[in-house]
Amino acid sequence: MIKAILIFNNHGKPRLIRFYQYFAEDMQQQIIRETFHLVSKRDDNVCNFLEGGSLIGGSDYKLIYRHYATLYFVFCVDSSESELGILDLIQVFVETLDKCFENVCELDLIFHMDKVHYILQEVVMGGMVLETNMNEIVAQVENKISPSGGLSAAPARAVSAVKNMNLPEIPRNINIGDINIKVPSLSPF
Amino acid sequence: MPAVSKGDGMRGLAVFISDIRNCKSKEAEIKRINKELANIRSKFKGDKALDGYSKKKYVCKLLFIFLLGHDIDFGHMEAVNLLSSNKYTEKQIGYLFISVLVNSNSELIRLINNAIKNDLSSRNPTFMCLALHCIANVGSREMAEAFASEIPRILVAGDTMDSVKQSAALCLLRLYKTSPDLVLMGEWTSRVVHLLNDQHMGVVTAAISLITCLSMKNPDEFKTCVSLAVSRLSRIVSSASTDLQDYTYYFVPAPWLSCKLLRLLQCYPPPEDGAVKGRLVECLETILNKAQEPPKSKKVQHSNAKNAILFEAISLIIHYDSEPNLLVRACNQLGQFLQHRETNLRYLALESMCTLASSEFSHEAVKTHIETVINALKTERDVSVRQRAADLLYAMCDRSNAKQIVAEMLSYLETADYSIREEMVLKVAILAEKYAVDYSWYVDTILNLIRIAGDYVSEEVWYRVIQIVINRDDVQGYAAKTVFEALQAPACHENMVKVGGYILGEFGNLIAGDPRSSPLVQFNLLHSKFHLCSVPTRALLLSAYIKFINLFPETKATIQEVLRCDSQIRNSDVELQQRAVEYLKLSSIASTDVLATVLEEMPPFPERESSILAKLKKKKGPGAVSVTELEDSKREGGELNGGGDRGSDTASTPSPSADLLGIRSAAPIGAAPASAGSLLVDVFSEAGSAFSPFLSLFLLISFHTMAKSLPPCPCIVCVWMAFPSFFFFFSFFVFTSMVPFPICSHPLSCGLSAPPSEDPAPPLSEADELLNKFVCKNNGVLFENQLLQIGIKSEYRQNLGRMYLFFGNKTSVQFASFTTTVSCPGELQSHILLLNVQTKPVEPLVEGGAQIQQVLNIECLTDFSEAPLLNIKFRYGGALQNLTLKLPVTINKFFQPTEMASHDFFQRWKQLSQPQQEAQKIFKANHSMDTEVLKAKLLGLGTALLDNVDPNPENYVCAGVIQTKSQQVGCLLRLEPNAQAQMYRLTLRCSKDSVSKRLCELLAEQF
Repeated sequence: MIKAILIFNNHGKPRLIRFYQYFAEDMQQQIIRETFHLVSKRDDNVCNFLEGGSLIGGSDYKLIYRHYATLYFVFCVDSSESELGILDLIQVFVETLDKCFENVCELDLIFHMDKVHYILQEVVMGGMVLETNMNEIVAQVENKISPSGGLSAAPARAVSAVKNMNLPEIPRNINIGDINIKVPSLSPF
Repeated sequence: MPAVSKGDGMRGLAVFISDIRNCKSKEAEIKRINKELANIRSKFKGDKALDGYSKKKYVCKLLFIFLLGHDIDFGHMEAVNLLSSNKYTEKQIGYLFISVLVNSNSELIRLINNAIKNDLSSRNPTFMCLALHCIANVGSREMAEAFASEIPRILVAGDTMDSVKQSAALCLLRLYKTSPDLVLMGEWTSRVVHLLNDQHMGVVTAAISLITCLSMKNPDEFKTCVSLAVSRLSRIVSSASTDLQDYTYYFVPAPWLSCKLLRLLQCYPPPEDGAVKGRLVECLETILNKAQEPPKSKKVQHSNAKNAILFEAISLIIHYDSEPNLLVRACNQLGQFLQHRETNLRYLALESMCTLASSEFSHEAVKTHIETVINALKTERDVSVRQRAADLLYAMCDRSNAKQIVAEMLSYLETADYSIREEMVLKVAILAEKYAVDYSWYVDTILNLIRIAGDYVSEEVWYRVIQIVINRDDVQGYAAKTVFEALQAPACHENMVKVGGYILGEFGNLIAGDPRSSPLVQFNLLHSKFHLCSVPTRALLLSAYIKFINLFPETKATIQEVLRCDSQIRNSDVELQQRAVEYLKLSSIASTDVLATVLEEMPPFPERESSILAKLKKKKGPGAVSVTELEDSKREGGELNGGGDRGSDTASTPSPSADLLGIRSAAPIGAAPASAGSLLVDVFSEAGSAFSPFLSLFLLISFHTMAKSLPPCPCIVCVWMAFPSFFFFFSFFVFTSMVPFPICSHPLSCGLSAPPSEDPAPPLSEADELLNKFVCKNNGVLFENQLLQIGIKSEYRQNLGRMYLFFGNKTSVQFASFTTTVSCPGELQSHILLLNVQTKPVEPLVEGGAQIQQVLNIECLTDFSEAPLLNIKFRYGGALQNLTLKLPVTINKFFQPTEMASHDFFQRWKQLSQPQQEAQKIFKANHSMDTEVLKAKLLGLGTALLDNVDPNPENYVCAGVIQTKSQQVGCLLRLEPNAQAQMYRLTLRCSKDSVSKRLCELLAEQF
């Protein structure tokens, strides 16, 4: 289970916090500070897993994180999750944000906090993974934002089917890292 | 690709966020936020009804302010109002606010539940999804009660949209985790399992989490999922990368789902059906083969996804532990990863190998990688990876490589990160003991450990080395020589001084022949460290000195002089002063024979589980040390202790919780200060009070006599450490004639007549109920029937209590042969001590209408769960009456209230955050929920009732310290009444887990 998802910038300012287990407000802030402290002092090319901080559950939990340009994406998970799987999930989330915001950057997260939450809701629900298919996630988000509008009102799967029709290369293979305008060094490696 | 409707953004929100971002200082930011909060508050309170858009905007601002770390204490109502809006965006923000900010606040939950109910029945799939999300995110008990029966229906209904099904699956999972009793799967089971066959991969993704959780709890009911999971996995694994379209991630087909399927299979043993098993083995082989194929993409995401599946497959192979061929392939694969350039893979390979090392098929294969692992320990830049390497070395250690591994770990310790040193020390100590063939190596290793990382060497470690040296006479001379050499170093760690003092005090004579380590040289060496040591160490050294006087009469004058000097005999520390005075007196009055008897060499310790292992287990949490390892160590431990000539009888059962210096619960003297779990430290801190002057000498002497005739008694060590305080040597003889033998372990009789021969009756069926009446009060009628009334008055102070029992004869006929017996069942004997002090002898005859009184003195030694039993027997008109009650002595009687401020309370609350320290119960109210009644009960409990601590004034929080002789246990309590539902939630956090549990049981019956 995913216990918490934290996004903060290089200075530790939270950009999104989502706890799937109840913690009091001041505890949440302490956890963010502790997590930032643990993660920020690590070099960029060490491994992406570390044992959880003392506040959020200690050695039974792992922090799995990625560092993209100015933002840290940290997932706190228990031992029932695959570490590399969660790493992929973070990538899916970020690529989805990128599609929804057309080259996402920290400012998008600040000014559209609510939308970031909605996108996350299509990926993770109550600490468990709901969907990993990026096109489906994007379709769901669009469909819900403007349920009355033309094409996107059609059932989500039809949309994604149409989008994939006759495309030899799936669009996501256009490397976001190559566009590299707002999300430089998408991959932390 | 269209952006998420950037157009309909809220201008006011954007302006506010920009303002915040433009703030130059923290103060300016806070000022701006407070201004905004005031604005929103007035808007919400204003007469003008707000339209949906404004509400949405303000709620969104509140969310942003919350994200910045400010408490939000209003706006909940407005958010709830938004739920009933027909506009999707307004409803959505309402739900978002609630799932981020609302917890089980009873008033609101009811309203929220109403809105959810409406949305669930709306048949609008987007609304249904929002409602399901909200349930899954809040997941309170009330929600479970309201929707647990509805959700499964939505999940399996034929006409439910796929996206709703996905949400329903995870929603049900959450409710099952919150309230398993309310989610009844029965009829849905097979339809839920068949979701694994759903055509929509998203539905399968969501459903598999649900099925995995349910399978772990009810494996039998769900075992049909195994074959379905295998066939689904096989379809994915054998598909081409384009078959699954959107679920293909960087050329890997459905990696997330594959991982989850492999995890699900790990809940079960290998499939019994040959065909299914064959198919599964084929899948696993395919996955292993794919790892060797050239990558389809150079992107790290591609290899990540591929390896995620591979690692899960390897975990499954290790879990089955039955296919030697696959195990060896898995091991080879991990071996490749050990040298991979990706740190993540090295980390995971080390972690997986740890589990592989415990399989008999692959242990040898794992061992071949020892050099790589040692290299990782030395050269990895990342501490997380080094930690895994140390874990793996520990796991792969056996007799053949122990010396190499221990040496490597020792040398790593010199530069190891502070965060992992303590654990490393424990591991080295365990390995050294477990695989010691030659005990001089063991002694060297532990002394090195103290030298290199003395600060991290816990008491358990040095206790253990002493225990082993005492039990093995072949190593004693070597140990004495080695510590003597180690103490020569100009700077020695205090732990080294402790070990040195103890060992030279016992075995210094073995090296005294060499003029370089003559008695006086030894003494001077020890004494040169004396002044730099802490009080406990100095106390230990003083005991070593008195032992020296016995071992080497020629040192007597020098040592007496040391003891006599003001800094000892007038030391401001009571313990040191007392020892100095007593030892001086002992050495001057006692004859050589007495001295030799009193100060004789320690007898061997009984064999027992290593306390170090217990400590490591505690540190790593349950499950970290496998059972086999435990048993191994017991066996090894047995060999170790039993190997020497003087080893104790191997038939004696090792007491698993006892540690080196702990005192066995059946210690000969009831006053022994602690239960089996206590440490030496307790003895130190309470040395003055733990032993009465006479008693301690009595102990001392009796030990040595006992040591010869009886199984060796571990108490001796505590005497060594916390030497008795006796003022008058000869009082002992007076004393022996009046020593109050422990009554606690024997039924005590207050009647003068011979006790009736009948066995005491089993406790009355209502005994527990009667006991519960007295948890929150001290006085009252304990029991009443037609014949007899028993009243109780009791008072408690710290760990002591006095109880007056009144037995009233309600009839007009006399009771004959009236006897009462108090006994402590089972373990309780060592936990509370009852002393019966009779003010006047109770007559065996109780006249009609008369009342007799009995006084009990109670001492709480350590925490306990059972109550002592009171048995009453008498003859009424010739018929024997025999009844047994539970005496209302409960652990909470020893509470001392503690007042503290809100801040302190929460700080302590957080410190007690280990899961086992907390006990929680949710229960229906059985009595009035009136505030005053509740307060009275909580005060009666003995704790302090704290005001203004809990943000919710409806809740009660209390704090107190339970005083036992061996330790103090801090307890924090929180009681959350829910008047609507007539329920309570009770949470306890105590510094000792057994106390949390017991208090929770007791209290749940009170409200």
